[in-house]
Formats: sequence, structure tokens, C-alpha cells
Amino acid sequence: MSENTLTRMDLSEAVFREVGLSRNESAQLVESVLDSISEALVRGETVKISSFGTFSVRDKAARVGRNPKTGEEVPISPRRVLSFRPSHLMKDRVAAGNKS
Amino acid sequence: MIRSELIQKIADENPHLYQRDVERIVNTIFEEIIDAMARGDRVELRGFGAFSVKKRDARTGRNPRTGETVEVEEKHVPFFKTGKLLRDRLNGREE
Repeated sequence: MSENTLTRMDLSEAVFREVGLSRNESAQLVESVLDSISEALVRGETVKISSFGTFSVRDKAARVGRNPKTGEEVPISPRRVLSFRPSHLMKDRVAAGNKS
Repeated sequence: MIRSELIQKIADENPHLYQRDVERIVNTIFEEIIDAMARGDRVELRGFGAFSVKKRDARTGRNPRTGETVEVEEKHVPFFKTGKLLRDRLNGREE
């Protein structure tokens, strides 16, 4: 698989091509979209983007972990983690596009 | 929050843009991420997270209802890893 990495720049370039706003404003809009999603998640909301996927926040209970190298026990405090569940459309397109 | 609420929020923040342009902007962003992964590319959004493609090897599966074995082909699945900044923010730690 020849793997490239896209960044915010590539997303704003796509917005720039698609809508014809300035590059600067396109970049700001990409940022606003990511910020809005992040803020909703920080408030504990689930973010459900149809035909893309669902971001949800889950609470993890405290547990005792272990340093795998030293075997030492370390307490892991309760925390919130983000999980992303891809939509069927995303799964299908990723599977189809990468079929060898 | 759902897609239409996200679009509405961006539209409210940008009163100089047409609603239909905001829709195209938001859709383009998500579409571009899916297109990249369909090509086998990664999308790395610092502070937010990274979308990538993981390979699942072929395996012999089993129909849980009938117990029958089935060959499952190798496949590629989307994967998201939360960025450090967002992970910290979720836990009430800013920068």
C-alpha cells in the first residue's frame, strides 16, 4: 500500500477547490468544523455524522495497571475516552478501495 | 450533535456564507477523509486525531448460529486514533 498522509492543508485545499472561498478562509472553516466537533465531545455529547461515522465519549473506570517492563503495579485513574464507529458507507468504501 | 446541527452551527458563526455553501464545505471535509482512506491514505489532524486504514488478515470464521465454518477474506477497515490534545481536553486538561 503506497500510503500518503493528508493534513488540514489538504482538507482546506479541497474546500478551496469545491467552494471557491479564499485559502485562508477555507483553512479557518476546516478548523471551525474540527473545533465544533471537539467542543461537543468535551461537553459529553455524541457526534453522529450520517454516512461518515459516530464519535462517542465513554467513561473508563479506575483500575490497577502494570508496567509491562518492570511488572510494577500502577494505579490508572478513571478517565474519559473517545471512540469512533465508522458508518457502513465508510467501511464499504474503505474495504472496496483497498481490495487487492 | 448530528450533521445538520454541525452545519447549522458553522452557518451561524459565518453569517456571510450561504447555507448551501456551508453544507458543501462540511460535506467536502468528510468526503475528502473517506476518499483518502479508500485510497489507503492516512488523514492526520493534529490535536484532533488521525484516521487510518488497518488490514485484517483472512481468517476462518464461524457462523455463530449454525456453527458452520466460513472463510473470511482479508479486508481493510477504517480506524481512528484520538489526538493527544483532544484526549486531554476530554479529561479536563487544557494544553
